[in-house]
Amino acid sequence: MSNQDIFRSARHLKPALFYRAGRPAVLCLFLGCLCGLVLAGCWRGPDSPGAVRAITIAGSTSVQPFAEKLAEEYMRRHSEVRIDIQGGGSSAGIYAAQQGVADLGASSRELVKAEKELMEIPIAYDGIAIIVNKDNPLENLSLEQIRQIYQGKITDWAELGLPSHSIHLITREEGSGTRNAFEELAMGKEAYITPAALVQDSNGSVREIVANDPHALGYISMGLVEPRVRAIAVDGVLPTRENVKNHSYKLVRRFLLVTQELKPGPCQDFVNFILSPKGQSLLETEGLVGVAD
Amino acid sequence: MKREVFIERVLLFLALSSIGSLLLITIFIFLEGVPLIAHAGLKKFLLTSHWAPTKGHFGILAMIISSILVTLGAMVLGVPLGLACAISLAEFSPERVKTLLKPTLELLAGIPSVVYGFLGVIWLVPLIRDYLGGPGLSLLAGSVILGIMILPTIISISIDALSAVPDLYRDGSIALGATNWQTVRRVVLPAARSGIITAVILGMGRAIGETMAVIMVAGNALKIPTSVLDPVRTLTSNIALELAYATGRHREALFATGIVLFVIIMILNFTASAITRRR
Repeated sequence: MSNQDIFRSARHLKPALFYRAGRPAVLCLFLGCLCGLVLAGCWRGPDSPGAVRAITIAGSTSVQPFAEKLAEEYMRRHSEVRIDIQGGGSSAGIYAAQQGVADLGASSRELVKAEKELMEIPIAYDGIAIIVNKDNPLENLSLEQIRQIYQGKITDWAELGLPSHSIHLITREEGSGTRNAFEELAMGKEAYITPAALVQDSNGSVREIVANDPHALGYISMGLVEPRVRAIAVDGVLPTRENVKNHSYKLVRRFLLVTQELKPGPCQDFVNFILSPKGQSLLETEGLVGVAD
Repeated sequence: MKREVFIERVLLFLALSSIGSLLLITIFIFLEGVPLIAHAGLKKFLLTSHWAPTKGHFGILAMIISSILVTLGAMVLGVPLGLACAISLAEFSPERVKTLLKPTLELLAGIPSVVYGFLGVIWLVPLIRDYLGGPGLSLLAGSVILGIMILPTIISISIDALSAVPDLYRDGSIALGATNWQTVRRVVLPAARSGIITAVILGMGRAIGETMAVIMVAGNALKIPTSVLDPVRTLTSNIALELAYATGRHREALFATGIVLFVIIMILNFTASAITRRR
């Protein structure tokens, strides 16, 4: 049937649908259902009681994959405990912990003053690596140079002592935890990242572009650096495990779990597991740096 | 008879429920987005290009311009190709070629957009970066991918429009001594004009609404582009990119972006149906 036919037949249908007698009842029923749907959508049921030994963790999507790994391992050992992990972002996680909706909130940013009454448990460090293509000879950037590049003041590799070519700058999308941490650690509070920067919505796609483009520069989580890209030194310090641990590498954020109070029971036990050598080594194999010395 | 009335009512109810969901979506988008437009001011929202929603700047001008440019680029590529394809299939191809090629073309519409985007990233983007310069992820890459994606829409609706022209017109023209091409150009195309315009507008709607492929190949930078090699962010990309972590005003701002998109697509669709009806 051609497109015109569709339009034409639609016009023939109209009177049949709307103007024939005896329709108000159906219309009323329909509108009633519509209202019902709206009400059902607005009404939120009480939180389901769930299993007795359940732990809810909500928050940072940067922490989420690591928390899932930990939970998986923990649940293998303790089959009676169920751990639910939700995303939502650091702020949502902290809010959930404040409200007591989640047993533990996961945050990849530091708490602000108003949130300080929460108990914070650092579980790992995550370095943010500045990456370039493996064919790029660049070795080192100062924090000030990184800031100027991302502010759009340095736009050509020539200004960094390399053959002249425009820098293909890559950043993450507004709201991303990695971007947030990068802005705080490298850019300072008031600095804006230049609108000319390419925006990608995951660590993986930033890495993919840098791996394929010799003139690209981006930042990703340290644990996700692959041989196809090269992490450069910041202020002369390479993003290695040791340098993160001894605090000489500057671009490091903490992964926190926050809670109102750590209740004895499965929740306390899970936190203990995370901080135990087993839990910490699990995080280290996933590319993070543990908090234990 | 009673039974027939009952079935009719059930059908009517079902028909209304589809309209109802459209209604609900519309109400929802506006409820979520309008408070932000009121907060930021309509003029500031539409006519400035500083977008930093977590820091209180909500200007989407750059994205509106980018959306329009990407769509225009797709039209420049897709319309001549699609129209040529439709004319050749409808007017100059033997029936057997037509029955083989038309379903094949419609299959093209069934390829998920993420596949187009992936092809763009691994094939088109490096090509642009190596031969034309820039980061490759660009306005041009977005336009080319969209131009290909809208081909099935344009071709199949145009073919329908051309086949709807009565053979009498063609016979008459040929009887007067016109060649085949003259017949197509002077008689068939003008007769099918409204259908072809509808095809173009629906293709345009598809291009402006496409998201996944554009996010993957267009680079998503927030600047107003100054060259076809500049990366751009369209309205749809903006929503999909930032949706995951958006809360509060930021989330409202994305819904407000949705309102702008909604209005643009409504205008396009109304224009399309108005043109078809005027015939």
